[in-house]
Amino acid sequence: MARLIKTEKEVEGRYEETWVVVEEDVLDQWPAGPLEVVGRDAERIDGLERARGEALYTADLKLPGMLHAAVLRSPYARAHVKRIDLEPALAAPGVRAVAGPGDVHVLTDSPGYPGQAVAAVAAETFHQAREAVKLIDVEWDVLEPLLDPEEAIARGELVEEPRRYERGDLERGLAEADVVVEAEYRTQTLLHNSMETHQSICRWHGDGKLDVYISTQFIWGVRDSVASQLGLNPDDVRVVCEFMGGGFGSKNGPGDYTYIGAELAKRSGRPVKCALTRREENTATGNRNATIQRLVAGAKADGTLTALGGDYVNAVGWAGFSPMTGGPMQYLYACDNVRVVEHGAKLNTPPNAAFRAPGFVEGTFGLECILDELAAKLGVDPLELRRLNYADDDADGRSYSSKNLAECYRLAEPHWARRDDVHARSEGQWKRGIGLASQVWFGGGGPPSYAWVRIGADGRATVVTAMQDIGTGSRTAMAQIAAEELGLPLDRVDVVLGDSARGPYASISAGSSTIPSMGPAVRSAAADAGRQLLEIAAQRYDKEQRVLSLKGGNVVSQDGGSWPLAGLCELLGDGQILGSGARGPNPTGMRILTFGVQVAEVAVDVETGEVRVERVAAIHDVGRIVNPLGARSQVEGGIVQAIGHTLSEDRLIDPQTGIVLTQTLDAYRMPTIADVPEIVAEFVDEPDKHLTNLGSKGLGEPPIIPTAAAIANAIRDATGADVRSVPVTREEMLRALREARVGAIPA
Amino acid sequence: MLELSINGGAYESRAEVGKTLLEVLRDELGLTGTKLACGEGHCGACTVLLDGAPALSCITLAHTVGTRDVTTIEGLRDHPLVGAFVRADALQCGFCTPGQIVSAVALVEANPSPSRDEIRHRMAGNICRCGAYPRIEEAILAWRG
Repeated sequence: MARLIKTEKEVEGRYEETWVVVEEDVLDQWPAGPLEVVGRDAERIDGLERARGEALYTADLKLPGMLHAAVLRSPYARAHVKRIDLEPALAAPGVRAVAGPGDVHVLTDSPGYPGQAVAAVAAETFHQAREAVKLIDVEWDVLEPLLDPEEAIARGELVEEPRRYERGDLERGLAEADVVVEAEYRTQTLLHNSMETHQSICRWHGDGKLDVYISTQFIWGVRDSVASQLGLNPDDVRVVCEFMGGGFGSKNGPGDYTYIGAELAKRSGRPVKCALTRREENTATGNRNATIQRLVAGAKADGTLTALGGDYVNAVGWAGFSPMTGGPMQYLYACDNVRVVEHGAKLNTPPNAAFRAPGFVEGTFGLECILDELAAKLGVDPLELRRLNYADDDADGRSYSSKNLAECYRLAEPHWARRDDVHARSEGQWKRGIGLASQVWFGGGGPPSYAWVRIGADGRATVVTAMQDIGTGSRTAMAQIAAEELGLPLDRVDVVLGDSARGPYASISAGSSTIPSMGPAVRSAAADAGRQLLEIAAQRYDKEQRVLSLKGGNVVSQDGGSWPLAGLCELLGDGQILGSGARGPNPTGMRILTFGVQVAEVAVDVETGEVRVERVAAIHDVGRIVNPLGARSQVEGGIVQAIGHTLSEDRLIDPQTGIVLTQTLDAYRMPTIADVPEIVAEFVDEPDKHLTNLGSKGLGEPPIIPTAAAIANAIRDATGADVRSVPVTREEMLRALREARVGAIPA
Repeated sequence: MLELSINGGAYESRAEVGKTLLEVLRDELGLTGTKLACGEGHCGACTVLLDGAPALSCITLAHTVGTRDVTTIEGLRDHPLVGAFVRADALQCGFCTPGQIVSAVALVEANPSPSRDEIRHRMAGNICRCGAYPRIEEAILAWRG
């Protein structure tokens, strides 16, 4: 039954209370552990299509008559357009439409960051469009940019009001402490750099309806945003994304390119593709903002935490949001006295965008490093210190829907016990060490989300829902869930997704929410279809329905009868079984979180400052694991990205002009296959008994969260040096070594 | 008229001087398995084979290809490496995957039993932002099934 409830919705740490229509979740959870299909390794059902180069991404689509757009972006961090002449561009070869400041809301005459869109051209070829953009004549008034986040805070230039969280009394907690550590940590600006750049194709129909083919993490969000901005009915906008080449949080909305494409398509009467170049990708599509974290931690001599304080500066940029950088400090430990203040600095730098656990990646670096500094001062084992301060319930009065972090710690023991062996392998200038860090994050998903399941005379089931698979393998997970519920082998289930006109509403693929939001809806739809199949089977085989079930591709009776499902389905002829399902509500008043711990082993060359990560063991608690093979891949991928964040990636700007200096992939250094350590991924794999008919939480973000701190703590273990800033370049490593006065470092 | 030998077939192209091989493959011939990701020769997503040697098609001018045989992912769809990548879960979003497989084909054709170090050396020019590297290494080690 559908009902209207007021519920808290969380996406990437931001909560809002909304009314939601939900349907009751009537199915009991499956038992824990591997089932027939769910809980067992499954190859990606679209793996061959992708590997053979047959999958069509937005980048590969070409509509009849399609034009290509190029965008004039501000070469200055802050400027005003005194005069602009678009005519030379309009007269250039192949050009069919131009638009300038004010023609679309995303084109401005007062750019506030380098790369902000000012004007755009659509032409027969991208080359022609780009050449025409060069002909646009602009007279600029170049203004002084604001680039220093601390200066912005001092001046009150903020993207939003500071967020404060407080429990107990921080000063009292510090007074009670036997040991206090204060330290400042810094994290850098990072770029998503999905392999498929941000892009879309817009096509208007004569009746005023708009098709948007787009590389996106949220089909329905794009539909609603575009409709609202352009004054259309939501259903007048059709959004399509069948295959997409990565997003990591940067593709949650339509972006400037979609509005530019829609306007140029309207002006030209032709479909327009607006595909950003790699250089635009590295300036104009968002980033993980830099942070400055001033932290304090106090503890009794026995290791009991008495105080945790964090003053955080998020260098947000021209627009965006101020992430929950203090979230880990708020959630991870039992500590009576906690104070967190987060400031979001508004700067003349490109806007931030959600990037795989925004805030928590940065905040966990600071928190888990200062905890190890505290452990060293106390003379307490770092793992023991974390166990001593274990939070059994949420400090704000909510119970956890499930929490198995203690089990993660237990599973980490054999990896942590390698400590002596790791130290013993230090050799000459290469010092080896081991470090760990804990992880907390959201990942519970929520309603609304819907799915349909269709079964035809061929005995195959098709899941239909307008979600997107951004590369995480969610398409495969949905097929597994439907196969399990229908007692079908995986190769008899198809999944049709990616089109708002051809499937029901589906949630965003961000905030580690696809499996926890969509999985229960798919199971519910499959159960509805299965019930209908059994109704027919009861009549056909003259049995009571309650003794029948679906198993191994058969209809099975408790009294021993078994009939191939394919035979039953043949009776359908052109008829179809149509099941529908919805995501039920989240448990009220409970905190739904994911947990984990990672143990990193590093080697540090104390003469050159080179750091090599040699091994990372990851143990995560995200409820039931649907596809262990895909889950391990997800963990490995998160750790690889985190190693880039920790050691090599850095979006640099010119400190005077604010121009982005790292616009290409030789300058912005992402990990390659040669940088990858041994990675061990383990799971607690215990269904969350309070969460949906599936008991699964999301895994997209957790693995990237604790890695940087685990590496930094391993560096301290190896060398005694406190690394408090990422990336740990050789310069930073040598600076930390000098400070710690270890190794034979020339001055 | 430009004559190209692609995946064993002969193609004629009217591409202007200055067009890249990638543009001819994708825009003229519809061979979209070869991906454009950076356009500057930094990421490997556009890798094709020229007479069996890996080449970055986004920085290769079409008119410089001459009589060399061009092999794209479309010409390698039945190569055992394709199945090996899927079995090992060596892809996530899949956008870099055709380029990875083309590079890996060049590697195993030259050395059917590469060591881990050789794989890491020869595949380091193909970026995978999803970080499927550990599984790419496994796929290449086990490519013969």
